Amino acid sequence: MSEQDILNPKHMPHDPEKATLEGKNKFMGFWFFLGGETVLFASLFGTYLALNDSTNGGSSSEELFGLELVFIMTMLLLTSSLTSVYAMYHMKNHAFKKMQIWLGITVALGLGFLGCEIYEFYHYIHGEHFTMRSSAFGSAFYTLVGFHGGHVVFGLLWIIALMIRNARRGLNLYNAPKFYLASLYWHFIDVVWVFIFTVVYLMGVL
Amino acid sequence: MAEKVSGATEQFDFEKQKRKDEMKQQVITFVLMIVFTIVAFAMIEAELDRLFVIPVLLVLAAIQVGFQVYYFMHMSHKGHELPAVMFYGGVFTAFLTILALTVLVWW
Repeated sequence: MSEQDILNPKHMPHDPEKATLEGKNKFMGFWFFLGGETVLFASLFGTYLALNDSTNGGSSSEELFGLELVFIMTMLLLTSSLTSVYAMYHMKNHAFKKMQIWLGITVALGLGFLGCEIYEFYHYIHGEHFTMRSSAFGSAFYTLVGFHGGHVVFGLLWIIALMIRNARRGLNLYNAPKFYLASLYWHFIDVVWVFIFTVVYLMGVL
Repeated sequence: MAEKVSGATEQFDFEKQKRKDEMKQQVITFVLMIVFTIVAFAMIEAELDRLFVIPVLLVLAAIQVGFQVYYFMHMSHKGHELPAVMFYGGVFTAFLTILALTVLVWW
C-alpha cells in the first residue's frame, strides 16, 4: 500500500486528526506546548498584577480603558472560537469545502479583533501619550496584551497558510491533524483573552 | 464486501448524528459564554462593591475557560488523559507564578 492510499482511505476514520501515529504525536505534543504557554502567560499576568499601580505619575488604567471597544473585541474573538468549532465539526464529517468556509469566517473575525486592537494601541500612544516607556504599568500592559495580539497574528497566519496550501489538495489524514491543531491554538488564544478582559480591563476600571 | 461497506456507512451515519447532537451542545455552550460575558460587563457598569465584584468576575472567567477547554477544545472526549495532566500542570504552575509575583509586591 502506498502512502497515498494510507492518507486517502475509502472510508475516513472517526477521528481523522488522530488516525495516524504522526497525528497522535502532534496532538499530544501540542497539548504539552499549551501547558507551557499557560505558564508563559501566567508570568506576564503576574508581572501586570504586580506593576499595574506603578503609573509613574501618568495615566492610570481607570483613565485609559474604555469598555465599549473591549466588549466588541470580546464578542469578535468569542464568536470566532465558535466558528472554528464549526470548522472542526465539518472536518470530522469530511466536508472540506464547508470547513474552509468556516475557517474563512474565523479568519475574518480574527482580523476584526486585530483591527480593533491596533486602533486601541494607536489611540493610547497618539491620543493619550501612553507608551511602553511611560511607566512600569505601560511596559507590563503592552507586553501582556501585545503578546496576546502577537498570538492572534500568528494564529491567523497559520490558519490562512493551511487554507491556501491545502485548497486544492482536499482533506486527508496528512493535513487533518494540522487543521485540528490550528483550531486548538485558536481556542487557546480565546482562553487567554477571557483572562485579559477580566483581569486587565474589567478589574482595571473597577 | 457489500455488507462490510454498508456497515461502515451505518457506523458513519451514527457518528454523524452523534456529532450533530454534540454541535447543538456547543452552540448552547457558546450562548452561555456570551451570557457570562454580558453579566461580567454589566456588573462593572452597575458599579457594585469591589470586594463582591472581583471574586465573581474571576469565577465567571474560570467557568468560561472551563467551557472553552472541555467543550470547544474537546477535553471532555476520551483519550485526553495526558493532555489534561499537562494542561493542569501548566495551570498549577501558572497559579504559583501569579501568587509569587503578586505576594512579592504586596509584601
